[in-house]
Amino acid sequence: MEVSYHWLQEYLQLNVTPQQLADKISRTGIEVDSTHVAADGLKKIVVGHILDVKQHPNADHLHVCQVDIGADEPTQIVCGAPNVAKDQYVIVALPGARIADNIKIKKGKMRGEASNGMICGLQEIGFSDAVVPKEFADGIYVFNEPVQVGSPVFPYLGMDDPILSLEITPNRADALGMHGVAWEVGAIYDQKPHFEKVTVTENNVATSDLLSADVANRKLAPSYQLRMVQNITIKPSPMWLQIRLWNAGIRPINNVVDVTNYMMLTYGQPLHAYDYDKINGHQLHVRHANDGEQLLTLDGKEHQLQNDDIVIADATKPVALAGVMGGAATEVSATTTTIVLEAASFDAVSVRKSAQHHNSRTAASSRFEKGTNLADINTALDAAASLIAQLADGNVTNGTISASSVTPLPVVIDISLDRINHVLGTQLSGDEVQHIFERLGFEVTNSDDLFSVSVPPRRWDIAIEADLIEEVVRLYGYDNLPATLPVMAMTPGALNSQQKLLRDTRHYLESAGLDQAISYALTTEEKATQFMQAPSFATKVAWPMTNEHVYLRENLISGLLNDIAYNVARKQNDVALYEQGRVFLKDNENDKRPTEVEYVAGAMTGLMTTNGWNTNKRAVDFYDIKGVVAFLLSNYHLQDAITYQATDQHLQMHPGRTADIYVGNEMIGFVGQVHPQIAKQYAIPTTYVFQLDMNKVLALPKQNIKAHPTAKFPAVTRDIALLVTRDVTNEQITDVINNNGGAYLQDVSLFDVYTGTNIADDKKSMAYTLTFLNRQQTLTEEQVNAAMNKIIKHLQEQLKAQVR
Amino acid sequence: MDLQTQLRQVSQTTLPQIQQTNDLKQLNQIRVSVLGKKGSITAILRGMRDLDPQERPQVGSLANKVRDEITAAIEHQRMVIEQQAMNAALAAEKIDVTLPARPLKRGVPHVINQILDDLEDLFIGMGYQVVDGYEVEDERHNFEMLNIPKNHPARDMQDTFYVKDDILLRTHMSPDEARELEAHDFSKGPLKMISPGRVYRRDTDDATHSHQFFQMEGQVIDKNITMADLKGTLEYAIHHIFGTDRQIRFRPSYFPFTEPSVEVDISCFNCDGKGCPVCKYSGWIEVLGAGMTHPNVLQAAGVDTDVYGGFAFGLGIDRFAMLKYGITDIRDFYLNDVRFLHQFKGGII
Repeated sequence: MEVSYHWLQEYLQLNVTPQQLADKISRTGIEVDSTHVAADGLKKIVVGHILDVKQHPNADHLHVCQVDIGADEPTQIVCGAPNVAKDQYVIVALPGARIADNIKIKKGKMRGEASNGMICGLQEIGFSDAVVPKEFADGIYVFNEPVQVGSPVFPYLGMDDPILSLEITPNRADALGMHGVAWEVGAIYDQKPHFEKVTVTENNVATSDLLSADVANRKLAPSYQLRMVQNITIKPSPMWLQIRLWNAGIRPINNVVDVTNYMMLTYGQPLHAYDYDKINGHQLHVRHANDGEQLLTLDGKEHQLQNDDIVIADATKPVALAGVMGGAATEVSATTTTIVLEAASFDAVSVRKSAQHHNSRTAASSRFEKGTNLADINTALDAAASLIAQLADGNVTNGTISASSVTPLPVVIDISLDRINHVLGTQLSGDEVQHIFERLGFEVTNSDDLFSVSVPPRRWDIAIEADLIEEVVRLYGYDNLPATLPVMAMTPGALNSQQKLLRDTRHYLESAGLDQAISYALTTEEKATQFMQAPSFATKVAWPMTNEHVYLRENLISGLLNDIAYNVARKQNDVALYEQGRVFLKDNENDKRPTEVEYVAGAMTGLMTTNGWNTNKRAVDFYDIKGVVAFLLSNYHLQDAITYQATDQHLQMHPGRTADIYVGNEMIGFVGQVHPQIAKQYAIPTTYVFQLDMNKVLALPKQNIKAHPTAKFPAVTRDIALLVTRDVTNEQITDVINNNGGAYLQDVSLFDVYTGTNIADDKKSMAYTLTFLNRQQTLTEEQVNAAMNKIIKHLQEQLKAQVR
Repeated sequence: MDLQTQLRQVSQTTLPQIQQTNDLKQLNQIRVSVLGKKGSITAILRGMRDLDPQERPQVGSLANKVRDEITAAIEHQRMVIEQQAMNAALAAEKIDVTLPARPLKRGVPHVINQILDDLEDLFIGMGYQVVDGYEVEDERHNFEMLNIPKNHPARDMQDTFYVKDDILLRTHMSPDEARELEAHDFSKGPLKMISPGRVYRRDTDDATHSHQFFQMEGQVIDKNITMADLKGTLEYAIHHIFGTDRQIRFRPSYFPFTEPSVEVDISCFNCDGKGCPVCKYSGWIEVLGAGMTHPNVLQAAGVDTDVYGGFAFGLGIDRFAMLKYGITDIRDFYLNDVRFLHQFKGGII
């Protein structure tokens, strides 16, 4: 809502600057987005009188004008506007002027003719296209009321009026009219706004003899009021009215339409004017639309009406979409002589749905859907009829047709001073609170600090105690509230085990050198369904904004690969990222909602170490990312053994370089190299990834930590090198060693893998360090030898290993 | 030559020799040649038995003195030589300490998570529990229970991604609050919670809009919770995040789920309240919304509004991060350019 400071001053005596006013309104209830004066930043723009117009000798579309700008001599200005003519009073930007967009006007020559300035259209001095009257849309603006030649144009065009741009929240639709704004500002400054009384002079033709109306169902239009004005002459509105409209962002059209808009701005009550002679049967019916009915609205759009649209119909067809927009067939035109004025209250939900369905949100519909002041419906109608009669030289007919009506009553709410102070944490007195209600213009009685507050219909947002408490505190001033911390029973605050696990996991992965990424959870169908580790159906959003964000992710890796692609495209080639977040899995296609499962995933590409003065570069490989996984899992105190099982079952993974990760019998995730084909699709180099289901990790059995004394006796180590066929895995060897190492075997660690010279082509050498320890006493040579012999025997038998 | 003269002679010749020695081996040879079994002093002392018994104490005392002098001189010189050797070794070991360090890399937590963790810790410290809800929610918890009925204009405030007719991607963290209100047993004590998480809006991504962002909401419901408590709590949190030098302004606003409702502004970082493009010349920057929980919300969850009431607040984590660090494009959070991520190394200060 664009609020004119000058207009507001008609209702109140404000001795504050517009900026002070804006700050006060913001702090008291309605956010003022900005305050601006259209003339600010413009200069040397004055009224000129065109004394003479001649065709430019060298250009068909240009005219050479002699313009009186209030100086001793006329000045010459070349003008290209098609509508320039002798004797017009126009807007002249003088040499040195600043016009819209900070453009400076200089003396110059146009095709050889001197031009000392510029004759301007409204857009050129900052008007929006949306408010410029149609007749001046493509040319210069011409004043049609007396103006002083040579004086600045700003006051004549209302451009010196400070405009406060109010952000009206849905609950404060009462401030979508200037009267509502005046009440609000009046309450702030403790003034009662002054409104002129509306009187209508009627002729002796009974409206009911000319027109009939009915409402099919009171729910559609609880109030439906019509008046008529006869013998009118359609013409442009006077300047003051046009200024009011364009300063509020509305384009002036003619004296009838402008008045309906003006009254909407004044009272917040939308009005509509029909051309009486175009209403078939001179009857109006408020009803639901019938199947197959159509309506061409004022904006030139054809609408297929649906059953739950409320329409205004004449004897044969709909003539308006109720509360949204009028129809073209009954539009007021230059030849209109009799109008029907409509003021109503329509069902808010229906108006909202119709406006949404027909993609036609209008100033009227946005007011109807939030509600209007029921007490002002007839006032607005009377005021409009009266002003149209005055501006269009017409006569208001006798009587209002009221097809349905409501009797708006004040809402009475009882509230105690204790309750107010209890909720606010204040110690307001009864008098203070009573005075606040009085400032708001609410009738209030106080008996023993028990208030009975009568809220007038103009504040239909107030219905319960809490609403009144808000009125009290906002006028008391939020800044004046004390600031305390709650005094209450203690509540324990701590992360739960899942929250702690996830937070710890992030820290572990950061320790391992991975940066945290947060990617988009909505992605493409293809990316949502890659890298899955559990069967699932996809979840799609109904009206996606772009093709890139349509499906909820069922994995975290694809997001990380997007991130890597983004980095690599920007020459950031060494990237190690992890993400912790949810994936969305559905067991059945028709499940209402997906299950949200906490996952964590990582992705690494490029170099692990770069070339430095003391380091050699090394590319990330499988064992780097496996190291990240192993490090991570080593922190969870998992009871069961962690194993890595080679798999070629993941379509997006390298079939020879991928392992499923098991804890006991539970598959919790996988680790490996992204399939080169997929890497190519993502436009990324060789990349290694892992992904874990954290819900499973959380559920896995954990070991309790039980301390035992640090060993007092020395450990004994033995190295052993084995020659095995190449298909024997490390895990097979360590399994045999661990299963046969006896009670003293503490650790098996691989220190060399060798193939090549001195070794048969189908063989490899694997060398391990075995550590033995007896916590009770020093191990003897014989004990260790016995254990080693048993290990070697089984390695030979089970894996055909040769000890080297 | 009598023995005393001999002793003095030994002393006079040996001490300079010791001082001139800079080799431990040589020093040892001197020690052996003077103090050893076959050394000169030993030989002189051996000659004492031929002396007159009256002379012996004098000579003995001189001999001890000379021996002590020489021993001390040798010890001293040994230390000098060792020190020289150490100095020489250290000089040889000198390195260029300005060469670059061997890199140790720790990953950087995402700036969004840094703010989330920081706020979680702050509120946990005040006794709040952290609640996790659902990113895919039903209309009842996302709207209806929060006093936003179907076809209410307030629904326009949040453009929504729908998955099915009544299933949607949560548009705010309030459904967690509704769920907790429903589930909480007030006979066991008050409700004090925060709910951080990812939310979605049907927005076109640009520098200031994102279809995905992070929020944290909180609520406190008990018998005597006041709006002054809300103000105190928010001031504490805001000063924690943005610094105690920020001015805070509370402004009336509208949210369907609170009444009275508040919007909270802080004085602009950039201009300190004077007015600049960052604060759109208002001097203030909006940071969060809050209010006293609307009776309809409490009643929808079956809470007795005659006894219980309280406050709720919600803040945008992305917005906090943008304001705190001067980030100008919200998309930076979700593109994960490592050059962006690495700027927030070391966490919140």
